[in-house]
This record gives sequence, C-alpha cells and structure tokens, in this order.
Amino acid sequence: MNSIKFMSEAETMSTEAAIDSSKLKEEYSQFVGRKVLLIIATLAGIVVLAGVAATLGSANITPIEVYTAILARFFPGTFETTDFINTIVWQLRLHRVLMAIFAGMGLAVAGAAMQGILKNPLASPFTLGIASAASFGASLAIILGAGFVSGQWLIVGNAFIFTMLASMTVYGLARYKGITPETMILAGIAIMYLFSAMTSFLQYVGKSEQVQEVVFWMMGSLGRSSWEKVGIVALVTVVCALALMYFSWDINALGAGDETAKSLGVNVELVRVLCMMIASLITASVICFTGTIGFIGLVAPHITRMVVGGDHRFLLPTSGLVGALILLGADTVARTILAPVILPVGIMTSFLGVPFFIYLFLRRRKEYW
Amino acid sequence: MVKITIKDLSFSYGSREILEDLNVVVGDSEVLSLVGPNGSGKTTLIKCIDRILKPKGTILLDGGRDLQTMSRQEVAKYIGYVPQSTTSALTTTVFDTILMGRRPRMGWRVSDEDIDKVVEMMKLLHVEEFALKDFSELSGGQKQRVLIARALAQEPEVLLLDEPTSNLDVKHQLEALDTVRSIVKTTKISAVMAIHDLNLAARYSDTLVMLKNGMVHAVGDPLSLLTKENIRAIFGVEAVVMRNLDRPYVVPIRSLNGEAP
Ligand SMILES: Nc1ncnc2c1ncn2[C@@H]1O[C@H](COP(=O)(O)OP(=O)(O)O)[C@@H](O)[C@H]1O
Ligand SMILES: [Mg+2]
Repeated sequence: MNSIKFMSEAETMSTEAAIDSSKLKEEYSQFVGRKVLLIIATLAGIVVLAGVAATLGSANITPIEVYTAILARFFPGTFETTDFINTIVWQLRLHRVLMAIFAGMGLAVAGAAMQGILKNPLASPFTLGIASAASFGASLAIILGAGFVSGQWLIVGNAFIFTMLASMTVYGLARYKGITPETMILAGIAIMYLFSAMTSFLQYVGKSEQVQEVVFWMMGSLGRSSWEKVGIVALVTVVCALALMYFSWDINALGAGDETAKSLGVNVELVRVLCMMIASLITASVICFTGTIGFIGLVAPHITRMVVGGDHRFLLPTSGLVGALILLGADTVARTILAPVILPVGIMTSFLGVPFFIYLFLRRRKEYW
Repeated sequence: MVKITIKDLSFSYGSREILEDLNVVVGDSEVLSLVGPNGSGKTTLIKCIDRILKPKGTILLDGGRDLQTMSRQEVAKYIGYVPQSTTSALTTTVFDTILMGRRPRMGWRVSDEDIDKVVEMMKLLHVEEFALKDFSELSGGQKQRVLIARALAQEPEVLLLDEPTSNLDVKHQLEALDTVRSIVKTTKISAVMAIHDLNLAARYSDTLVMLKNGMVHAVGDPLSLLTKENIRAIFGVEAVVMRNLDRPYVVPIRSLNGEAP
C-alpha cells in the first residue's frame, strides 16, 4: 500500500538538524565499532594465550618454538621444527588447548542463549537439569556399565543421550502450560532434582573406586581430550553458535517481552524451543567429553553483557570468545599451579572467574541485567 | 478505503467470555479511540487485532486479507503495537530498542536505510538525546515515547496504542497525541488506541468506540457520542458535557455508585 514517508519536514530540514542526524548515526556506528573491536581484541588474546599455554608443562619449550611447530605442519618447507617439539605440541598439548577453547566457547554461547530466551540471569543449560542428566548418564556407565552405546564411548554416549533426553523432557513438560520462561525453568528444576537423586542412588550402591571416578567426572577435566574429540566439539560448537546467532534479533525481541516479540513478528514459542534445543546440543556435546564444567555458561555471558550490552548479535559471539579465554586460562593454571599434579579444571574456573566476576559486578554502578 | 474490518469477534480466557460479537470498522487515515471502564476489554481487543491473542471471528485487513491466515511476520509489517507498560529485563539502548522495530523489515544485517529510519523516529518523538542510554534508565514517559518510535519504525499501516498517555505529563500527552494524529493524517495510516481521558479522546479522535463488558455500546464521532446519557450508561458517572471549539468537553461530577445507571 502506501509506503510511509515522514520526510516532509526532513526534506526542508535545516542544516543544524541535518548535522544532528549524522552525529547520531556517527555515535551509533562508533558504539557498534567498539564492540567489533572488543571481539578482535578477545580473539587476539586467545591466540596469544593458546601459544603460552602450549609452552607450559613438564617439557620446557618457548612460545616461538610452539608457533613454529604449528606453522611447520602447514608450511613444511618454510618452517623447521624438531621431532621432539613436534610431538609435544601436536600430540600432547595442542588438542587440549583447542578443547579448552571450543568447550569454553560452546558452554558460554549456550549459556548466553539460555539467559536470553528465558530472560533469567541465573539460567543456563545447567539450571534446566542438563548437568545432572549428564552426570547420571556418566554414573550409569561408570557404576553399572549400562548404557546406549558400548566400548570406549559408553560414558560419552550416555552423558550425551541423557542430556538430550532431559531437555526433551523439559520441553514436553513445559508444552502443557505454554512455553514461557517460568514453565521451562520450573520443569528444568524438577528434572534436575530427579537426576540428582538418581545419581546419588547410584553412588550409594556403587563401589568406592567407581564413586570416586564419578566424582572426578563431575568435576570436569580436559585431560580426556583427543584430536578426534576436539573435532566433534569444534564442529558442533561452531555450527550451533552460528545457528543461535541467526536468531539474534528474535532473542533480542524476546527480551522485550513475549507480547512485544509477537507483535514484532517473532514466532515466540518456536524460537524458544529451537534455541533451547540448540543450546542443549552444544552443552551435551561439550560436557560428554569434559564432564560438568558449570561455571562458564553462567558467568562468561554476564561478564560479556556488562561490557557489550544486551544485543545478541554481539553478545553471543563475544560470550563465546570470553568463555574460551576463561576456560583456557583456567586449564593452563590448573595444569601448572601444583605441577606435576593437575587439578580438575572445573575447580579452577570458579577460583579464577569468581573474583573477576565480583570485581566487575561491584565496580559497575548501572543495572546491567 | 477501510483498513481493518472486525466481524463478529469473540474472545474468551478459558471459559470466561471477554469480548462478545464485536463489529468494528477502522477507516483509512483515521484515529479511532476505544473508551470504556477498566476491564471492559480494550486491551484484549487491541491484542486480538495484533494477533497476540487468537480470537474467534474474522479480522480483515485492507478489505480483503484475513489476519488469521497471515504469518506473524506479515502481520508485523502491517500493524505496529505500543504496549501499555513494558518490563524490559535485558539491557538495551534506546537506539537498539527502536531498531528492533525494523525486525520485520530487515535481514540480519542492519542497512543504512534502517539506521536512517531509527534516527528519523527518534527525532520525531524527541528521544534523540537518550539515543545511547539504556532503555531501563528512562522515565515512564520517555519509555512510552521510545515505544511509539519503535512501533512507527515498523512502518505500519495501522498503529495500535494501549493507553499511550497514561505515563505522560500534560505537555507530553498533547505532544504524543499530536504526533500520532499528524502521522496518521500525513501518511494515511490509521491508529487504534485505548484511552481513558475522554477529553483527549474527543480532541484527537475521528471515531470513538464505547466498550462495556466486552460489547460495543456505541460507535460514532466524539460529538455525537459523548453525551451525558452515554457516559452514565458506560461509566456509571454523572457528568456535564460542554462544547468547546466544536469538541465536547466532559466534566465528571460524581460517581453513581450503587444507583441504577
Ligand atoms: N490473562 C488474563 N487471564 C484471564 N482474564 C484476563 C486476562 N487479562 C485480562 N483478563 C480479563 O479480561 C477483561 C478485560 O480486560 P482488559 O482487556 O485488560 O480491559 P481494559 O484494558 O479495558 O481495562 C477483564 O475482566 C480482565 O479481568
Ligand atoms: Mg487495558
């Protein structure tokens, strides 16, 4: 029909007003530019930290040797490295470093998406019972040796399948009362208690070495990583993160309330369910290999939100990078601080992240949520 | 031309019938106000028109297309909605809040045209000085103006406003309604608003629809509709109606509590 043109005044706009408009646009593009800059800076930080992390360990090698060994694999003629360094970097350390990066990224993106679609600062895939479902799956494998797959993938497969089962159940329960943040969170909490109780029961009947293994699994560790596993985690994380970013505008609109989102053309329930499933898939793929690392998904998005604000076009990727940085940093410290003892990374993430989080939280005077 | 034709519209929350067999026509380039006491169904009707709620009956747009068969995205291009109050939980700047109104019309990337539209709306509603402030830090009235700007950024054919003046001071009430009316007249869109102030309704509307208990009590222009009798029947209030510059002017006298209306 008639396209709207309010420009009748604007056409005769005084030069003063014209300057005003271009100044507003300028300010906004600076505002966006700062976020892009932050993304680039975080990315650079990860590359540097990755190099440093790969140098640390029982064998002493320098960052230059690490980068050379990496480049030598891609440009064999141009860069020279020794077999020893090559083995240390490629077979021992690099996959673990990459696992930290992609696992941290995945958990953080999933957390940011969950907080957005549930409009709840405490939401993360873990509040929806996912961690306890994964723990139950792993316990079942460790203690009873029972599960859906067999062999070396038993624990992984169980953790993954129970995680996805939990999120399907949350969805199924919430559907009866309408897919709102409240119904999903309540259903999630119910599921969480159910799986925790079942895990406790298994621990009660299990042998003490088995129980110990379960406890270690639940603390989270990157020690079980391999190139194969990194490949899976990286693929799932990147594809799912892009999918979630595709919904950025819809998640933004949900933040203004379901009714407003509907009036802006968002299919509210569909977006909420899809994003929840995607976030669950990322989480399941990560924690089935690492055990439950809970803290990143909650705090990385908060730290990011305090800095870049609530626009999910920027919040999702930046959270991912911040999550990668935190987990990589935590794992590096966990590997080295009490060397040769390697601490579970789940313990370290909290030790490192909490003080930083509290600092930002106290320093910022504005409401950030 | 007709923008919206509402035929035999009914809506119930569970078993409770809220709207009953409503028939309303919203014409081209007109401001239509819904008046009626609290709980008479104004908000519900507005939400039905925006398909936030799904009523029974038919709503035809532009005389032809059936609203109930359109996708949300299509509806969002046609209808802009300004909610009565908003509890935005997440932080967003005023600029981003208004930019969200472009969602039905833009892809993932924001084009220059979208930015221009946002800037234009900010100036129109006088919120440009808050551009990069957080929406949650604004006063109630400033928020309301931002929400009107967001709805206009959708470039809708019909603007729905739920008590747009309830949070505004006198000056901003007049300014907001002036803006709405002038946009309606210059761009030939239509506005449907729920409003409590009968005098503002009379001054800024072409048509009034009086609602009572989810039914249309009367429809017409402000002058013929705002009579002592109608006000008594709808609100249970005794009032004097004066004339001022060809507009009715309502002075409420007392509530007829308990007395038969
Ligand atoms: N979510 C709801 N569930 C059940 N009843 C509702 C709901 N929202 C409104 N109502 C009822 O619908 C009727 C009309 O409400 P509403 O449209 O908000 O009136 P108005 O905007 O005219 O004050 C009221 O009686 C109210 O109690
Ligand atoms: Mg109302």
